[in-house]
Amino acid sequence: MSTEQAPSFIAKRSGLVRFVSGYGQEVVIAGAIIALFILVSLISPRFLSANNLNTIISGNAYIAVAAIGMSMIIITGHIDVSVGALIGVLATISGTLATAGYPVWIAWSLPILIGIGINGIVGALVAYGRIPSIVVTLGMLSILRGGLVSITGGAWINDLPPAFHLAQQRLLEVPVPIWFMVLLTLGAFLWMRHTAFGRSLFAIGGNIEAARASGIPVERRVVQVFMIHGAFAGLATVLFATQLRIIQSTVPPNLELTIITASVIGGVSILGGTGTVIGSTLAAILFSAIGSAMIFINVSPYWLRAVIGVLILITVLIDMARRVREQRSAKR
Amino acid sequence: MPRLLELRGVSKSFAGIRVLKDVDFDVRPGEVHALLGENGAGKSTLIKIISGVHAPDEGGIIQIGETQHRALTSREAARGGIATVYQELLLFPELSVAENVFLGHAPRTRFGTLDWSLMRRQARQLLDSLDSHDLDVDAKVSTLSVANRQRVEIAKALSQNARVLIMDEPTAALADADVRRLMIVVKRLRERGVGIVYVSHKLPEVFELADRVTVLRDGALIGTLPIAEVTEQSLVAMMVGRDIAQLFPKPVPNIGDVILRVKDLAFGDRVRDISFELRRGEILGIAGLVGSGRTELALTLFGITPATAGSIELEGRKITITSPRQARDLGIAYVPEDRGLQGLVRPMTIAQNVSMAALNRVTNGLFMRFAAELKLAADAITRLGIRARGPEQVVGQLSGGNQQKVVLGKWLATNPRILIMDEPTRGIDVGAKSEIHALMGKLAQEGMAIVMISSELPEVLGMADRVLVMHGGTSVATIDRADATPETVGAAMTLATHSMEMAP
Repeated sequence: MSTEQAPSFIAKRSGLVRFVSGYGQEVVIAGAIIALFILVSLISPRFLSANNLNTIISGNAYIAVAAIGMSMIIITGHIDVSVGALIGVLATISGTLATAGYPVWIAWSLPILIGIGINGIVGALVAYGRIPSIVVTLGMLSILRGGLVSITGGAWINDLPPAFHLAQQRLLEVPVPIWFMVLLTLGAFLWMRHTAFGRSLFAIGGNIEAARASGIPVERRVVQVFMIHGAFAGLATVLFATQLRIIQSTVPPNLELTIITASVIGGVSILGGTGTVIGSTLAAILFSAIGSAMIFINVSPYWLRAVIGVLILITVLIDMARRVREQRSAKR
Repeated sequence: MPRLLELRGVSKSFAGIRVLKDVDFDVRPGEVHALLGENGAGKSTLIKIISGVHAPDEGGIIQIGETQHRALTSREAARGGIATVYQELLLFPELSVAENVFLGHAPRTRFGTLDWSLMRRQARQLLDSLDSHDLDVDAKVSTLSVANRQRVEIAKALSQNARVLIMDEPTAALADADVRRLMIVVKRLRERGVGIVYVSHKLPEVFELADRVTVLRDGALIGTLPIAEVTEQSLVAMMVGRDIAQLFPKPVPNIGDVILRVKDLAFGDRVRDISFELRRGEILGIAGLVGSGRTELALTLFGITPATAGSIELEGRKITITSPRQARDLGIAYVPEDRGLQGLVRPMTIAQNVSMAALNRVTNGLFMRFAAELKLAADAITRLGIRARGPEQVVGQLSGGNQQKVVLGKWLATNPRILIMDEPTRGIDVGAKSEIHALMGKLAQEGMAIVMISSELPEVLGMADRVLVMHGGTSVATIDRADATPETVGAAMTLATHSMEMAP
């Protein structure tokens, strides 16, 4: 018998059953998106026009990209409530650099490096300072939001050079934001699943003491995952800052909540230890689709937040019910 | 012989699976009736039928005094004088002791308001009758120790005029001194004519307390016998259904040269001046009362709480251990006392848990090699006899004994030279227990050096080649296997102030 050969009982359950039970939430959301598209297109066929689909998917791609990093943070058992403010600050930096005449590639890439640096500090405070991440990031939220308004006075940035608008460009007929979203989601999914690094994040979120006792360098991993999250926030900024003709030098309202919500509805357990980044990307698309559908069927878009709120509660309830059931079955 | 409670031909099925098959059971006034069986034998189900939580299947009869029932509601059970002290105590932490005792049936004044002074007085009387004179009836339950909370639960049961008291593993979470006090309380209740159903894994307690014992296995009644007619051996055989020739199957040891030499090791004042040598193939037992510093010593050796003084030599090389990661890389493994806290990641699969401390063995630099990981887990399942659907089953779904084997498997996957096991068989059933003991014997024979911390004296005496006895954070005696008896080890544990009563 070759050493790599797995015993026969591993393959007992069929591929489909394993896929659905392992990725239940992702399948449910994908189903919800398809159902929504079918229902709304019956009422208003224009919903399925290429133009609208493009708006739905690429307009919210930056939320999906930021939610990838957020999912990794939540899987590790932490949270970041400052990411919206960080994206606001990074977008302003990016726009300022572009209007000041720096090459666009600097305006795109410097915010990513700054995002990594700022979140590295956050991660170090969480890991080595032993301050809960909600507290550190609440502090960071205030610093970034207050600092941004003080320095810019809330002025808008316009006169952006045309070459700056990466998010409006297309590659092989497909909008750049969609490339970003799809490639980053797949890359992050494979990274989380197929590397020891990804595995250690799940272990830390599942039981930090057991992870530490098993020799996983918990503190180093926490700092690293915050830095990766910072990189995703920077990548999200590139899409966010370059999609419109102007950049508002304020923090987009509720952006952090939308990003966290995408992770949670995407099946990342708020208690840490489980979830995938595919779920959060699908959830970001779902929000966008719901928002667009509301316009098509003439419901006030202000209901969007309420609908998302209901989705959060349902998702968390299902997560809790699943945990209770698991504990019960363990007692037998 | 009068009976407080009698069950005849009671069965119970969940989702078509019979977990209790045609069981007879009765409780007499003034007796302690021990209910024994492995995990999953049906004890909990039986208790829940008696206390009215589950309704049994058609066909059985439950008789309380003269009244016959087909099934009980929890109300009928309470009215019939049946009360239960559950393992996870069901108290309200933010209410006072008196309020908890009388919750739901508090005495009232003429005007229908709560009669606080009567309530406090009666709570006082009840607690005094349980020898708990030091327990304040006005204290918030959240401030009490586990042992005191348990007394509040018992007082609560008595306040409802309980004639049958069911105690589900009452000593599982208690320190030794509290166990002794609880036993006194149980004996006192028996004198008052209360019939007690006593569920426990700990056989010495059963022999000390019980008048009769009933053994269940796989949901079936194996027998009900007076305690005088059974021995520890025969009870274990009844529970596991196979004869265990020896409770502690220890192969002839094969002791080699010194691998670990610890000198004057200290961690603050919790661990002081510990010196010992550990040899290949040896099982060093560490005995001591709760709070004697046994677990703290293990945590220091494993680098979770690094040593503050002293020296450690591994194979003649001086080392300092400052983190579990470093300890692991040096070939030291630690199977913790609390597998839920430091051992397992419950939402993960068996394979993911087994590979967790040996990720370098299942990656090629960066990427996981899933086939190698599954192989590692499959090997552990086979080698340790883990009962599971397969390596991809989530560990949270396994029984306690199998979870413990997964933790052991995780550490064996690192190929350790020194294995520290803290309470290796706590809270697992008799069958799994002897399997783990057999494994320890085998590992030692293959040359592994094992440090075993245990608060079960029979386990220490049965497994250890040498016993290091701790008291107050330091070692007070080292006793060779040949000289280790309950008396010598017990006397050292308590510094000979009084000898321990413990069944051999």
